[in-house]
Order: sequence, then structure tokens, then C-alpha cells
Amino acid sequence: MKLKHWSLLLLSALALLWAIPFAWMAVASLRPGDAGAMDIASLFPSGPFSLANFTEAWQSGHFPLWYLNTVLLCGGILAVQCVTISLAGYAFARLRFPGRDLLFYGFLLQLMLVPPILIVPNMQTLVALHLYDTLAGVAAPYCASAFGVFLMRQTFRTIPREYEEAALVDGASPLRIIVSVLLPLARPGLAAFAIVSVTSHWNEFLWPLMATSSPRNQVLTVGLASFTSGAEAGSEWGVIAAGTFFVAAPLLVGFMLFQRHFVSSFTFSGIK
Amino acid sequence: MAYGLLAPSGLFLLAFTYWPVIRVTITSVSEHDFGGASRWGPGNYARLFADPHFGRAVWNNVVFAGGTIVPSLVMALGFALGLSETTRLTATLRTVIALPLLIPLVAAASLFIFIFLPGAGLLDYYLGRFGLSETNWLGDPSLALGSIIAITVWKNTGYYMLFFLAGLAGIPQDLLDAAKIDGAGPVQRFRHITLPLLAPTVAFVLVIALLNVLTQVDHVIVMTQGGPSDSTALLLFYIYQQAHQNYDIGLASAATVVSVAFLFAVSAMSLRRLERGIHYET
Repeated sequence: MKLKHWSLLLLSALALLWAIPFAWMAVASLRPGDAGAMDIASLFPSGPFSLANFTEAWQSGHFPLWYLNTVLLCGGILAVQCVTISLAGYAFARLRFPGRDLLFYGFLLQLMLVPPILIVPNMQTLVALHLYDTLAGVAAPYCASAFGVFLMRQTFRTIPREYEEAALVDGASPLRIIVSVLLPLARPGLAAFAIVSVTSHWNEFLWPLMATSSPRNQVLTVGLASFTSGAEAGSEWGVIAAGTFFVAAPLLVGFMLFQRHFVSSFTFSGIK
Repeated sequence: MAYGLLAPSGLFLLAFTYWPVIRVTITSVSEHDFGGASRWGPGNYARLFADPHFGRAVWNNVVFAGGTIVPSLVMALGFALGLSETTRLTATLRTVIALPLLIPLVAAASLFIFIFLPGAGLLDYYLGRFGLSETNWLGDPSLALGSIIAITVWKNTGYYMLFFLAGLAGIPQDLLDAAKIDGAGPVQRFRHITLPLLAPTVAFVLVIALLNVLTQVDHVIVMTQGGPSDSTALLLFYIYQQAHQNYDIGLASAATVVSVAFLFAVSAMSLRRLERGIHYET
């Protein structure tokens, strides 16, 4: 009993330490800009509170554009992925064909050869395809997902074949079977995949930074990086905290609301 | 028909996973004359291995690997063990530890730039109350990599904890109860039951951690640009720098091949285990 209480005490102390960056973000973003500069590091909220930092961050960054680009990017990647992983997942789950196992391992290879490692040759490919500095180019390396194919294969395998057989007797094509029989039943698997996919691409920085050059194609992370370096020069820490909040808030709120789904999706995944 | 269903995925994999590996290998062994003609040769590798910046980046990456993987795995396991029972308190603590995995590494960097700010920053502000003097956490070559490591541990520990929690949930409780009845203490139960049964999860998390070590450089780009004096340059940052700032594609390609070779070595060792690991998690 004793050991348990001590360990909980220790872990609570560590968790408190863990929460400090978030606590500072919350406190500093609400503190008005003209409060004493020395107290900007204080973790204890002291009035008066104001939303001035949020207004200023919103006006000095291009947050509406960055949000739009990020939503388009994540949504676009997810939409294409849903098509590619459903089709391939079905093939690996239900069909027999020569070279199936070999191909499956070939697909799994993408779990290891993660896109950030291949930024240099992928840049050259984008230039050759005239996709450099477009959101489509940023999305392209992620349109196939080994993890998604694996997940859909597992999900389809848990669905009894009887569901499809009636449709097969009626002469339905595989495409029809996937769309109208299997996908509705595979919704939990797709939702798990969607959480992992959106989280990882919402948070990605290096590749969108490399693959775009004009400001109108910037996503939230790339925008935040330039926004931070600008505000840092002016020591506007409250504004930086507010800007960081804009970037991080949607996923943090989503996590708070659907915590169980998030946790099970992440442990499902491991690899994006 | 099966091939038709695989074609859309296959096309993208071909263009952005397999072809780039071939392409980067070819580029890495191509040399260019001043006239513009190109021929085969090991010139890029010779330049790469002679470049002290590259050696430094590899060494930093080794330190970064040891400095991030060991503490974050140990702490993640500790959190998972201590918080595996669900009460209101443990659920809250788990949420707090897991939160950093949701935010972009760049956002974490934005927060930590202030935390590490010399003098007025959060760390110095509170350390100052204990009489410690101002420290240049990101500007001192002997401290900068440690600061980068600290952010990475903060960011990743919660992620690894989730896997350990899932792994622990899979250990049959009656096994632990039986050992308890037989008089095994908590340490013995951990050593002889929990740890062996958790081995597949540990192996799986280790692979993810190794991948993260090679791919997480966002905070380096935003916070230190590899400096001061190369002390925080990691391998992928070196690649980024050669390609994006020095436009030396030959050198960047050769360095990429080195990373890819490392990844192939890891996957050769762990692909089967990885697949088992995923089965295990699901």
C-alpha cells in the first residue's frame, strides 16, 4: 500500500512538471501585453485578463489562410487515403493472387521508409511533376499508407464473409461490395485511421516547409514557425503563446472530447 | 483484378517510396564536372565522410538517440505501471502526460523557446529563486543538445506510455494474483512476470523510438538551426541544410543513403517483429 501511494505522489509531481508548458501557454496568452515584462514567466494567473494577445496574433499572422490550407491538406490526404487503403486492404484481406505475401511485405516497407527521410529525392520528383509549391505536392507522398492498408486488412478480416456473399450472388462487382457492404461495417477502423492520419499531418512541419515556397501555400506549422521568429524578435511572448494556442487547440480539444477513441487509435497505430 | 485494386496504392508507393530510394542512390554516385557532364563515382561519399559537419551530425544523433530513448522509455514504463489502474486521479495524470503528443513539435518549440530564454525565461525565472544564475540553455554548445533532448523527451514519453498501458492491459491479472499469493513481492512480480510479457511491446516501442530519432528535427530547425557551433545538428537536419540552404544535392543524397541504409538495417532486424507487434497491439 505504502509503495503505491509514494509512487502516485511521485508521478503526480512529474505530471505537474509535464503540464508546465501548457499552463504557461494558457496564463501568458491571457495576460495583457503591457503587464510588467519580468512577470511574463510567472505561472500564476493574476488579473486583469484580456484577449488582446489573441487579437494581435490573429491579425499579425495569416491564421485564416493557414487553417484553410491545413484543413485542405489533411482532408485531401484523408480522402485519397480512404480510397487507396480500402481497395488494397480488400485485396489483401479477401483475394488470392500470386505474389500476395511478397507484395504485402513490399507495402509494409513504407512503415520504415518514412517520407521525412526521403525529402531530397521526393523534392526532385515534385519538381519534375510540376507539383512543387502546391498543396497537392505536399499531399502526394502520403496518398498511399501502409499502415492504413494493414488496418483495413485487419478490419475487413473481422467481418464475416456472409455479408458479401449475398451481394456476390447478385453479381455485384468488388467495388460495389467494398463501397456498399464492407465500408459501412468497417467504420470504426476508418475512424481510427482518420484520427491518426489527421493528427500526424496536422502536426507535420519539415516536408510542407520543403515542398512549398510561397506564403499562400503555408500550413499552420510552417506559418507558426515564421510567426514565432517574428514575434520573438519583439519579445512578444504573450502573442507567441496565443499563436501556439491557435495551432495546437483543435487537436487538444478533439483529444479532450474523444479521448478514448484517440488513445485506442494511437495504440492501434504506432506508425503513421 | 487484385492487381487493379492494389494499383492506386502501388502507384503512389512506387512514385514516393520505392523510386526515391533508387533515385537518391543514383544521385549519390553521380559526379558533375565543371562542364556539366556527369559520370559515376564515389566523389559525394568521399566529400561526405571528409566533412567534419557530417561526422558531428552522426555523433550528435547517437547522443540524441541515447539521451531521448532511454529516459523516455523508462519514464513511459514507470507512468504506465503507476497509472494502469483507472481512478479519477490516474486518468487525469495519464491525460496530462499524453497531451504533448497531440501538439506539433514546432508548437512545442515555440513554447520552449520562452522556457529556455536566458534571464527572463520561465526556467531561469524559477531557478533564479533558488539563487541559480542566468543560463543560456540554447546558446551554450555544451547545453544546447541537452535542451533539445529535454523537449523531445517531454513530447514523446506520453506516446510511448500509451503503448505500455495497452501492453499492461494484456497481461492476465490472475497470473499476477497467483504470484502474489505465492509470496512474490512487487519487484519480483515486475521482473519475472510483467517485464517478460511486456517484451514484445518494448521491442515495438523501441522501433518507433528509433524512427523518431531519425525523423524529428523540427525543433532543431526552429530553435537552434543546428548551432551553436554544430552542437545540435542531427543527421536529418544536415540533410535539410545541404539540400535547402547549400543546394548541394550530391552531398544531401549521399547522407540520405546513409540514413536509408540504417533504416533498412533496423527493418531487417525488426520487420517480422514489427508485424507481430502490430498484431499484438490489435
